[in-house]
This record gives sequence, structure tokens and C-alpha cells, in this order.
Amino acid sequence: MSEIQLVDAPAGIEGAGFFATTADKVLGIARANSLWPLPFATSCCGIEFMATAASHYDIARFGAERMSFSPRQADLLMVMGTISKKMGPVLRQVYLQMAEPRWVLSMGACACSGGIFDTYSVLQGIDEIIPVDVYIPGCPPRPEAVLDGFMLIQELVKSETLRRRNEPKYQKLLASYGIQ
Amino acid sequence: MGKISNEDLLAKISAKFADKVTSVSEPFGLLTFETDREQIIEVLDFLKNDAALQFVYLTDLTGIHYPGQAKPIGVIYHLHSLVNNVRVRIKVFLADDDVHIPTATGLWHGANWMERETYDFFGVIFDRHPDLRRILNVDDMTAFPMRKEFPLEDPNRVDKKDYFFGR
Repeated sequence: MSEIQLVDAPAGIEGAGFFATTADKVLGIARANSLWPLPFATSCCGIEFMATAASHYDIARFGAERMSFSPRQADLLMVMGTISKKMGPVLRQVYLQMAEPRWVLSMGACACSGGIFDTYSVLQGIDEIIPVDVYIPGCPPRPEAVLDGFMLIQELVKSETLRRRNEPKYQKLLASYGIQ
Repeated sequence: MGKISNEDLLAKISAKFADKVTSVSEPFGLLTFETDREQIIEVLDFLKNDAALQFVYLTDLTGIHYPGQAKPIGVIYHLHSLVNNVRVRIKVFLADDDVHIPTATGLWHGANWMERETYDFFGVIFDRHPDLRRILNVDDMTAFPMRKEFPLEDPNRVDKKDYFFGR
């Protein structure tokens, strides 16, 4: 039997029979350890993601084994692969259909910058149409890199305020993409 | 080898269309000739429906752009006679300011999407095509990207700019 690991308790006030902390921290930890990813896989990065999700690398260890194929029930949009300009509006619609709080992870050279496809038909990075939280470089990145990127997302989720969507900075970011 | 030699095939075509068939060549044994848009459908119809030839299969229909030529835009048909195991290639060149050519959808329904693709990438207008609109590129694209004057690279690309490389 392997040792069961628990998440460390957040900073708070502890006494006999009680523990007090802020809702931000508790909910942040809860969200970070049960992120539901939506795999938007279009090419070879998707294959590496399959390896990441399979037993050897096992993304379930991070509470993300529940792949959501409905954007309504997803927390994390994982964009993996080349996004052509014709696919752009589809990706944007998927992002718009996700409920807050939502995060975006861009995996691989193509999703981050267009990669080798410097051409009229390919989107030169998905950040042209939707905001991105974490970029994973590589062509394609190894599963370790995907897990590293995922853990960076977890750190973001833990450290952000409970209602990121009410922050002026976040609203300004979305407005710069013409969202809301 | 096919059941009909290229010489016999060319003789049959020349007998019917005489001087309307030009620039005959045989690269890699594939009979290739040019014709004009006025009788391209007639030529295709003859090749398809002639009892001996039976070029019933339209393998490919595509375009090409040679900017230096007097007629720079080309439309190319590849036909295959399944019965005789012979292929043939037909080229039609069009002037830059008049890229009209009759549609081949009356002969092959399969020409529909091929002609849409040729329109999408080269801007060739196929007259009387049932639904001539873009098929692969985004609908609001204004250029015809396979023409040589169109830059292949995306102008929004930032990570290849010279100042990143000290140039």
C-alpha cells in the first residue's frame, strides 16, 4: 500500500477543537485539487496528453481524472495542438461557454505561437482570441512538462481570490478580447 | 501499360479537335496537352463519353499560377480511364483579369468541391457552378492564398521579427 498524501492545511488559527481560516484559501485548495479539464486536442500534443492521462503519468493524481467534454462543466481549457483560423471561432465559443472560474492552458509550440505553421491559414497563438494562463513550450512537450504546467495552474487557482471575475484587472483583460 | 497507347489517344483527340489541342507533351508517359476554355467542356465530354476511351473518372481538378506568363492562371484536369488504364492531363490557361471557365459539374458531380477549392485558392471563377463559395479557408478571407503575390506567412507572427535576432 502506498502512503496516502493529504494536502497541507492552509494558514489559520488553530485551537482545541476548532480551526479558522479564510474561505478564499479553503475553496482555492478545493478547486486546485479537483480541476476538471476540457481537452481541446487537435494534433500530436493531444497524443502526449493521452499519455499524461494514462496510468504511467496519471493526471488523476492531481484530481484531474474527470475529463469534461462539456464546456459548461469544465474548469480548465487545455488547448493542445495547431489551431487553424477556421477553428478559431470554435475554440472561442468553447471558451465563452465555460462558466467562471475558468482557466486556460496552452500546450505546445502551435497553440502558444503557431509553431512551425507560420502560414496564412493558422492562428499564430491562441492568445490572439482567448486569454491564456499558462503556456507549455515544446513540440510536443513531454508529459512531465504537461504535469508541470498543470501544477502551475493549480498554484494560480490556490493563490487567486475567490471571485476573480469581479476584479477590475480580470475584467479589463476579458474586455481586451471583446468578451462581456 | 494501358490498352490504348498515347499516340492512338492523341490521334483520336486531334481528329476531333484538330488545332484546338496544343503544347502536347508526355512527361513520365502521361499524355499532357493544353486547350482553351471555349471547348474544354467539349473535350472533357468527348473523353468521358466516347465508347472506346471512357475517361469516366475525374482524378483531380486544380489550379496553378505562373506570374510571368501572358495567361498566368492555369486550371488542370486529370482524367483516368478505368477501363483502359490510361490517364491524361489537360491544362487551360486564363488571363489574369478574366479568370472565367465553364464548370465541369455537369459531367462529374465530384468536380463540385474541387472547383470550390480551386476558386478558394486561385480565384478561378467557374461559370454556372451550383454553389461557388470558399470551402477550406475562412469565409471572410479576401485573398486567394495560392497566388504568388500573396505572402505565405502570417503578418501577425511576432517571434520571428528581426530584432529578436539582433538584425
